[in-house]
Amino acid sequence: MNIHAPHREDDRYRALERVMQQQRRRPDSLIEILHAAQRQFGWLDREVLGLIAARLRLPPSLVYGVAGFYHAFRLEPPGRHRCTVCTGTSCHLKGGSRLLQRLERHLGIPCGAATPDGSLTLENVRCLGACGLAPLVMLDGEACPHASFEPLVERLATRRDGGDTSP
Amino acid sequence: MPRLTLTINNRSVSARRGESILSAARRSGSDIPTLCNLGGLIPAGACRVCLVEVAGYPRPVPACATRAEQGMVVTTDTERLTAARRMIVELLLAERNHSCAVCVMNRHCQLQDLAARLGIDHVRFAFISPQAGVDISHARFGIDHNRCILCRRCVRVCDEIEGAHTWDVDGRGAASRIICDLAQPWGTSTTCTGCGKCVQACPTGALFEKDAPTQKATIDMERLSEWRRSRK
Repeated sequence: MNIHAPHREDDRYRALERVMQQQRRRPDSLIEILHAAQRQFGWLDREVLGLIAARLRLPPSLVYGVAGFYHAFRLEPPGRHRCTVCTGTSCHLKGGSRLLQRLERHLGIPCGAATPDGSLTLENVRCLGACGLAPLVMLDGEACPHASFEPLVERLATRRDGGDTSP
Repeated sequence: MPRLTLTINNRSVSARRGESILSAARRSGSDIPTLCNLGGLIPAGACRVCLVEVAGYPRPVPACATRAEQGMVVTTDTERLTAARRMIVELLLAERNHSCAVCVMNRHCQLQDLAARLGIDHVRFAFISPQAGVDISHARFGIDHNRCILCRRCVRVCDEIEGAHTWDVDGRGAASRIICDLAQPWGTSTTCTGCGKCVQACPTGALFEKDAPTQKATIDMERLSEWRRSRK
């Protein structure tokens, strides 16, 4: 990886460089820079983390460690679809957490990971503020109120196979 | 040099201002067990094995990272502390895969010594038995995460004394892992100088030298850190 070959043609890198410039490449602006990078790329790959480390003059392991510590940062590419299960208090009582466990087993991935084919990311969120719809699941930003396992799995299947229309 | 006086295990001890309870206690002959402490490194208070009771404090404090203060009354060996230390070591043993019989550091391991000293002959907790992985991509050294207790001595020695900061920690809690550079194989590191100080500093068999009986603690880290500081 040659960090001295800036990706001039890539707008995303240009935007990131601009943010680093604005922060005057201060080492203590690391978290802000990581957020900016994730906004540009959707996740943080090693190349970007290495670039940030070099620009801010920080040890690469420190940059990776900070990115790995905070749940806000993704170190793996997100799937093409997102399935977000609410595990807030009401949804938990209505079986949201159990639903999440069943989905984990069904998809064979832990919560927070993407399926091996990159078609779906499974995540949870503490509360979506729509407790009347418990248990609530969001599919690509679309609400599935009073979600239950079988219908949800069917919807996931259609989305992952054919209906790859959304990002 | 301003001095102060405190009481450790009913003994009156004189200490320098800014000195830790741990080093004052050691001078007075009270042997407090430690795991993550290493002379010459900034104390981390990471392992909690050196917890001591201070009169008037609601809960035990780590002796390595707590300054001695005038008039403190410290106890280093109560039943409560022994129970806490035992639990900590048992949890450490349950967290990874410590198989002494097949470890390069068998009988030269600070975790094993401490477990023996505390009389631990069984573990009350369910073993997590993670597949923590081994990295032997480096030409001379290896790291076996199954034997790592996350004391961060390697991280600190590499940062504070060698100045390379090759190691850091990824993740949280029991899922934390010591990582090299961008969580890459040690052999591909762009920062590692191959100095071996991390291997020297590791209290267990997690960091080891290949094809050699791993010699640990042969470098005087305290003197190194003094030299380093004297040049600043």
